Amino acid sequence: MRRLVSDTLVIAERNLVRLPRSPDLLVAFTIQPIMFVLLFRYVFGGAIHTTYGNYADFLIPGIIVQNIAFGGFVTALGLEEDLRKGLIDRFRSLPMSRAAVLAGRTLADIVTNTFSMLVLLVTGLIIGFAFNTTVLEAIAGVLLLIAFGYAFSWVFAFLGMIVSSPESANSLGFIAVFPLTFISSAFVPTQTFPAVLRGFAKVNPFTIVVNAVRYLWEHGQGVGVSNVWFALAWTAGILIVFAPIAVWRYRRAAVR
Amino acid sequence: MGYGAAIQVRGIAKSFGEVRALDGVDLEVPAGTVLGLLGPNGAGKTTLVRVLTTLLAPDAGSAQVSGLDVVTDAKELRARIGLAGQYAAVDENLTGLENLTMVGRLYGSGRSAAKRRAGELLERFDLLDAAGRPAKTYSGGMRRRLDLAASLVAEPPVLFLDEPTTGLDPRARRGLWEVIEQLVSGGTTLLLTTQYLEEADRLADTIAVIDHGRLIAEGTADQLKARIGGSVLEVTLESPESAPAAIAALDGLGDGEPVVEDGLVKVAVAERSGTIVAAVQRLSAAGVGVDDLVLRRPTLDDVFLALTGHAAEAEPA
Repeated sequence: MRRLVSDTLVIAERNLVRLPRSPDLLVAFTIQPIMFVLLFRYVFGGAIHTTYGNYADFLIPGIIVQNIAFGGFVTALGLEEDLRKGLIDRFRSLPMSRAAVLAGRTLADIVTNTFSMLVLLVTGLIIGFAFNTTVLEAIAGVLLLIAFGYAFSWVFAFLGMIVSSPESANSLGFIAVFPLTFISSAFVPTQTFPAVLRGFAKVNPFTIVVNAVRYLWEHGQGVGVSNVWFALAWTAGILIVFAPIAVWRYRRAAVR
Repeated sequence: MGYGAAIQVRGIAKSFGEVRALDGVDLEVPAGTVLGLLGPNGAGKTTLVRVLTTLLAPDAGSAQVSGLDVVTDAKELRARIGLAGQYAAVDENLTGLENLTMVGRLYGSGRSAAKRRAGELLERFDLLDAAGRPAKTYSGGMRRRLDLAASLVAEPPVLFLDEPTTGLDPRARRGLWEVIEQLVSGGTTLLLTTQYLEEADRLADTIAVIDHGRLIAEGTADQLKARIGGSVLEVTLESPESAPAAIAALDGLGDGEPVVEDGLVKVAVAERSGTIVAAVQRLSAAGVGVDDLVLRRPTLDDVFLALTGHAAEAEPA
């Protein structure tokens, strides 16, 4: 257990130290989310009708969850690259904890996700977003997003362990993330969806997490506190399923 | 270690679907010696290294490294081996110093001890000037040296190098050979895989030839060369068109049939004395123009050809 913690910290540090040296990643974590905020707020926003007085209040929780999902690609691609270049072989030949490479990677993702979230919140505050609840509730929303982002990192860690190329990581990830993001309440109210899509959106964890955050930040119409408990359950469920199978794949990983 | 053998392999087999990558391999590497595992791409070299470094569980057989079983004692074993693969597995976005420090800490050293050890290795591998630069700025040879340094962080008694010089230019290759020679002079047991016969000849005490997952020969370079016996007569012709005439003229001179390879006519001969004179007389009588003619000892290339029926480096991956 002590080895797991110390090895995880070493790997997390490795993933953070290399970040500023890859400018393309920095763009992915800063410029890209801002672009999405501006796109939805000023291009689509005017045509989207919500029960919120201000579309920015509706949008920001949704776009943070979308950003967590899209940011996950970096995790999958990074692990796929480690595998392809033989780094995972090196790690597996070392007397280190078997879970540390993935645990360190997902721990580092908490830092990047939080950083992206701050960029989005500041952008949001500039374009008219505001927290309309208590400080404690606002903080609870931030923590919920961090926890959900952490759980979702493990999904992408698993993806990185099973794909055979960066291209397949991209297409497989996209197939998973695209419907989760867009067939949800992240950008638009789901009432106008056809029945089938509305049914999917209702159980979609993205909808539930977005609605939970809308409750915690805005006490938004039509979203109750139950979303918070369901969001926590989804977060725990994703973690319980994906962390063990990702580590299991890591133990069998081989250079392809 | 009580065995005298640093690496002991008994009947190891491993299949990937229909492909038998290893088909019952037995091997012993005495402590402090260098074994060169020689074979073409796909022969099973890397699979054997992966089994011995605990990356892959064998289907059958058993293997001990440093007296520890690769399956049941995998965890303890990993602390006693170093592995450098064909991929130069370093993090390109970390500097040389950061790479080696990270590996040291993953072996369980504290930060300052790991950093100190990293500094020693960088100096030893002539990377001190590049220590603060990300590894992506390194040349191919520098990356391999860094990779090799990473495998030595914990001063392992047994080292595995999987095709350490594949893809390097000749100068970088010779540089790496010198580094490896210094290393094994310190008593490290080394298992080295290679497709370069010259490399095995230069670095290894014993050579094991592997093909289609089986060991087909084992011995010193000289023993293997002696197995095909005698010498090889090589004739360079003035004109390639006269090859059939040359083959006809030299038929029956040596033990084997004359063959044309790389524009040379080659004949394996058991008896050296008189061979050159006889060859010149026969070729002259047949009116074949000769540019050059040598009688040489067989190389490991000749050995490989004789043992497997195909050239060592020709087979694609």
